[in-house]
Amino acid sequence: MSDQLYQERIVALAKAKTGAGKLENPTRTVRRDNPLCGDRVILDVRLDGEGRIAEIGHQVRGCLLCQASASALSAVAVGRDAAGVAELRRDAERALGREPGETHEPFDAFAPVAAHKARQDCVLLPLEALKDALS
Amino acid sequence: MSFDVAAVRGQFPILSEIIDGLPVHYLDNGASAQTPLTVIDAVRRYETTGRANVLRGVHRLAERATEAYENARAQVASFLGVPTMEIVFTGGCTAAINLVAFSYGALLKPGDRILLSELEHHSNIVPWQLLRSRSGVELDMLPVTTDGRIDLSALPRLVTPKTKFVSLAHVSNVTGALLDVRTVVEAAKAVGAKVMLDGAQRAPHGPLDLPSLGIDFYAFSGHKAYGPNGIGVLWGRSELMDAMPPFMGGGSMIGRVTLAETTWAPSPRRFEAGTPPIGPAIGLGAACAWMQALDWAGAHEHEMDLVQRLMDGLQKIDGTQIFGPAGLQNRYPVVSFMLDGVHPHDVAQTLDSFGVAVRAGHHCAQPLMDRFDLDGTTRVSMAPYNDNSDIDALLAGVAHAAKTLR
Ligand SMILES: Cc1ncc(COP(=O)(O)O)c(C=O)c1O
Repeated sequence: MSDQLYQERIVALAKAKTGAGKLENPTRTVRRDNPLCGDRVILDVRLDGEGRIAEIGHQVRGCLLCQASASALSAVAVGRDAAGVAELRRDAERALGREPGETHEPFDAFAPVAAHKARQDCVLLPLEALKDALS
Repeated sequence: MSFDVAAVRGQFPILSEIIDGLPVHYLDNGASAQTPLTVIDAVRRYETTGRANVLRGVHRLAERATEAYENARAQVASFLGVPTMEIVFTGGCTAAINLVAFSYGALLKPGDRILLSELEHHSNIVPWQLLRSRSGVELDMLPVTTDGRIDLSALPRLVTPKTKFVSLAHVSNVTGALLDVRTVVEAAKAVGAKVMLDGAQRAPHGPLDLPSLGIDFYAFSGHKAYGPNGIGVLWGRSELMDAMPPFMGGGSMIGRVTLAETTWAPSPRRFEAGTPPIGPAIGLGAACAWMQALDWAGAHEHEMDLVQRLMDGLQKIDGTQIFGPAGLQNRYPVVSFMLDGVHPHDVAQTLDSFGVAVRAGHHCAQPLMDRFDLDGTTRVSMAPYNDNSDIDALLAGVAHAAKTLR
C-alpha cells in the first residue's frame, strides 16, 4: 500500500464538518458542480454591511477532499471580503503546488494533493463557490 | 478442463508490470480493457509491413492495407454472426450510436417516439436528445428496478404505435444487468419499431449471434473489447442502412461527385467517409479473433466465480451495499457498490494505493444516479484475465477505506 493522500489532517478536517449545514437567512446561496466527478457544493453566506462574510454554511455532496476543503474554508472565512477569499484561494493553490510560495493553516493540510492532479478540483470547488457568492 | 486463467494472463503483458512498486490489479475493464499481444502484433504488422491508405492506391502496400482492413471487417462480422458488408467501422460506440441517431433519425418525423431507458450511458441518451431538438421526435424512458435492471413491465405502457425506435443497453455499464432482448424485440416488432442495442459492455464477453436476437442495429467499442482505441463498430441490417442518408460527407462514401450533386456509395462505404482508422480496425479484427478462440463457457464461469467472491467479500465489510442484481443469473461481471460514509472517489483513490484500478462516480449515467439519489458508485468490471488475487486486493482496499475514512 502507498497511501499518501488521505493523511490525518485531511481526514480530521472532513470529519470536523466545520460550517456544515444551511443558514437561516443567507444573503446569497450559490451552487457549484464539478461535471467530471459529480461533486456538488451549496454555500450559504450572510454578509455584513461592508461585504464581509458574517456567517457561512455549506452542504457538500462530494468526496472527502471536497468536504475537508469546505470545512477548512468555513473555519477561516468569517470576516473576509472578496479579496480576503482570493487570498485563501491562492493559499490553496500554493498547497497544491500550482503557485510558488509558502502555505498556511488550514490549507497547508492539502499539500498531499499536489501529487494527485485529478483530485485538485475537488479541493478548489468550495473556493470557487465562495468566489461566486461574493461576486 | 477448468479455465486456465494463468495462460490468459500471460497473453497480456501489462498484467505482469510492477508500477510504483505495486502489481496491476486491473478491474476497470468496463472503461477500457487491456489488450493481448496478438492484437499489438497485428497492428505492428500493419504499421511495419503494410502501412498505406485503403481503397485508393494501386500499389502493393495499398493492396496489403486494403486486404487487412477488409479482413478485419470480415472477422468482426464473424464475431457478431452477420454478413461482412453489414459492418461499418466507426470511431467508437459513441460514434456508432450518433450515426444511427443522425441517419436513421433523419427518416423520423415530428411526433415519432423513441424508447430509451433510465440506465443508459450518456452516449445512448444525448444523441437522441440532439435529434429531438433537430427534428421534434419525442423520447420515452423505461424505468429501472431497484436491482438495477431495465423494468420491462413498463413496455406495454411505453410502446405505442408512435414508437419507431428502441435503443437500449445490452448490458448495463453500471449494474452489469443483461437485457431480456427477446421481450423487448417482441414488444417493438408488434408496433413495427426498430431495435438497437448498445453492446459496449456485452461485446467484451464473447461472440454473438445477432440475427438470432431479432434486432436491427448493434454498436460497440474496440477499446473495451481488447482492441485499440479510436475504433468502433456499427452493425445494421443492409436494407435499413441503404435507406439511410450519410452521417458525414467526404472521400470514399460517394458514388459520383459533381459540383451540382453527389450520389452515395452503398453501405458500409456510405458511412465511412474519409480515411478510416485502419490500424485500429486491423487490431480490432485481431481482438475479435482472440475472443473467438477463447473458451467462453469456461471464461464466463470463471467471471461469475469472481463476482461471487467479490459479493461475499463485500458483504463482510460493514456498510457496503451492492447496486445491481444480487444473483449471478442474467448478468455480466460488472458490479457497482457503495460504502456507507465514504464517497466512491475516496474508495477508488484508496484502492489505487493498493494497485487496484476501478472506476468511481456516475459512470456517464447521471439520470440513473439521480433516479436512485446516489452520489455515484464504485464499479468493479472484470475480464477473463482477472483472478482471485485481484478481488482479494480490492477487498483489502475497501476494508482499509472503511476503517480509515469514516
Ligand atoms: C454502455 C456503454 N455505452 C456506450 C459507451 C461509450 O463508449 P465509447 O466511449 O468507447 O464510445 C460506454 C463506455 O463508456 C458504455 O459503457
